[in-house]
Amino acid sequence: MEVYLDNSATTRCFDEVAQLTHKILCEHYGNPSSMHHKGVEAEQYVRDARETLAKIVKVNEKEILFTSGGTESDNIALIGTAMANHRRGRHLITTRIEHPAVLQPMAYLQNQGFEVTYLPVDREGRIRLEDLERAIRPDTILVSIMHTNNEIGSLQPIAEAGALIKRCNPQTLFHVDAVQGFGKFRIYPKKMQIDMLSVSAHKIHGPKGIGFLYLREGAKVNPIMYGGGQQKGMRSGTENVAGIAGMAMAAQMVYQNLDSDMERMYGLRDMLINGVSHIEGVIINGCPGREGAAHIVSLSVRGVRSEVLLHALEERGIYVSAGSACSAHKPQPSATLKAIGVEKELLDATIRFSLSVFTTREEIEYTVQALCEMVPMLRKYTRH
Amino acid sequence: MYKSFLIKYAEIGVKGKNRYLFEEALVKQIKYALKKSEGEFAVRRTDGRIYVDALTEFDYDETVDNLQKVFGISGICPVVHVEDEGFEKLGEAVIRYIDDVYPDKHKTFKIAARRARKNYPLDSMEINRELGGIVLDAYPEMSVDVHKPDILLNVEVRDMIYLYSEIIPGPGGMPVGTGGKAMLLLSGGIDSPVAGWMIAKRGVKIDAVYFHAPPYTSERAKQKVVDLARKVSAYTGPIYLHVINFTDIQLYIYDKCPHDELTIIMRRYMMRIAEHIARQSECLGLITGESIGQVASQTMHSLAATNEVCTMPVYRPLIGFDKMEIVEISEKIDTYETSILPYEDCCTIFLAKHPVTKPNLNIIRKHEQNLHERIEELVEKAVAQEELIIVRQ
Repeated sequence: MEVYLDNSATTRCFDEVAQLTHKILCEHYGNPSSMHHKGVEAEQYVRDARETLAKIVKVNEKEILFTSGGTESDNIALIGTAMANHRRGRHLITTRIEHPAVLQPMAYLQNQGFEVTYLPVDREGRIRLEDLERAIRPDTILVSIMHTNNEIGSLQPIAEAGALIKRCNPQTLFHVDAVQGFGKFRIYPKKMQIDMLSVSAHKIHGPKGIGFLYLREGAKVNPIMYGGGQQKGMRSGTENVAGIAGMAMAAQMVYQNLDSDMERMYGLRDMLINGVSHIEGVIINGCPGREGAAHIVSLSVRGVRSEVLLHALEERGIYVSAGSACSAHKPQPSATLKAIGVEKELLDATIRFSLSVFTTREEIEYTVQALCEMVPMLRKYTRH
Repeated sequence: MYKSFLIKYAEIGVKGKNRYLFEEALVKQIKYALKKSEGEFAVRRTDGRIYVDALTEFDYDETVDNLQKVFGISGICPVVHVEDEGFEKLGEAVIRYIDDVYPDKHKTFKIAARRARKNYPLDSMEINRELGGIVLDAYPEMSVDVHKPDILLNVEVRDMIYLYSEIIPGPGGMPVGTGGKAMLLLSGGIDSPVAGWMIAKRGVKIDAVYFHAPPYTSERAKQKVVDLARKVSAYTGPIYLHVINFTDIQLYIYDKCPHDELTIIMRRYMMRIAEHIARQSECLGLITGESIGQVASQTMHSLAATNEVCTMPVYRPLIGFDKMEIVEISEKIDTYETSILPYEDCCTIFLAKHPVTKPNLNIIRKHEQNLHERIEELVEKAVAQEELIIVRQ
């Protein structure tokens, strides 16, 4: 049995999306900037996609900027804002549990002379609004807070933060990394007073290498790529037509039955949590209730190294990730897990299960069963 | 401008009656290495020399790079061909050659002519004298030094006239395949690929064995070893990599033996298995990357304990090397970057905090008795289920 529970790393592409991208790559392969029919045809796909996505997040079509994915969206939001607003202020705010696609541009900006405040989080991985309020200053140009944490699934009070930021300093831009939240929650930037929102397609059963940034009209942000002037000069480079159309279709599909899908996913998540929580030495990280995302479960297993557990599960056909997949390249302990106060000896003993709409009840039962059998066996063999 | 290479070889020149065997092996290895180069080449042996002639356009840098990986080559001389259109034209060609190769003319030189075609109107001495004069006239900054010239310009008169003066160093050693075959115990570390390379340099063909321990070691750790073998195979030719699943043996030892002796006992079983596979593959020895004192399992005592289980010779070319010296070679042969990728190997997963550094053989043997019940069955199973990967560049 193959059980793919690493959907926060990436997801299986919907068949319909794969078919559409194939058709565009092989038949409607024109350059949207070309003047002839093939170009017009390609441009139509881009326009339709823009419209679809704009409707889903309830923004104006002009405010959708296509990018190569979450990392690029985050980079434009952070570096583009810093470049455009450095005369007004050089202070930025973010949290300690952001994805590296936010933390690393922040570190870069610090090297460039900007000042960054990192908000702490509580045990469940949530920031406190009081901390945010205290951090905002007259020279704060940007606040960047993720919607859903990729490692533990904790959700941030985005709407409240948006209102607070605009009350404290109306000039401050608000960026939200919604790579894990989009497709799982209804996110409306206008209502939540978000100026920029990062989204990636491959986390919602779309293709890799494509994403978008909602960029509020009027927000002062510089491009970070220069070239042929596509997308009104904000993001040069020939549009990834197949990716763009595929992303729009995937987004449409995940939002079609969102409520019932999420209800089902919460059910499966709770089943997994209940199934494993009675195993001795298993600790659930983050927020287990509805305060957390439906698709992410983070477990620490005392006395079992995560890498070993991961490969042991793999032998049974179960694919999970150790901490966050993006941090699997570097053996340092996860900053997120540290920030929520996971004890030192459990940092290296934490694995993440992440579900999708394809996940079934049988798969979860199989996984719980495997964990119950494996953990005591693996715990027996350790380094002394 | 270069149309062929003269291949210099040092040691195989002195192998007496076996010389032709070594030369044939070298030609074979050169041909194999050149398959990786763009263009077509002919490799020929004449008058105790090996020439590589380019038959088509070729990529000079790539070709030199590939030749520099052929053991047995001590030097590579890029050769310019000149049509024999009279001595005057030859003089012009020599002047042009010097100008192309040596922009700075403040150098001493010597002409060394060799007349393979005896009907050439001038003899060697005359060619030396005449060409020397022509060069001195053309470049007054240059001067003759017959003992230690900066430039030794060789002029070989054949159907064509060959000019060469540069010698690009080769890797030295002896052609792979002239020295039998050995089984390399390849881990993912820095040392073992270097050890394999060093033995291969002496003309030995290399096979390799790797022990992995899923789920304790990952698929990427195995891929890393395959990648390392591939880098080494640039020098050695194809490597048969035997991958042995060691998990059950390791866990069994863990269950039955004291943990501070785990590594030693484990390594004894690795050596036993490696020797077994080596015999099956007709190898004449084992190769390890051990160096005295580097880690607990490489003290003199520990080496004695692991050595004891084998009757086949175990070659440890790095035995007296410091880590820095090993790193230097691994950088040279381009295995370093791969070696330092952070994946656990099966030697470290259950490493005790304080492993024994002076194992007592009698006690080790006694504790191995604890394994008598199942160990043979487990070893047989591991060997029977080996995965064979043929690695080549």
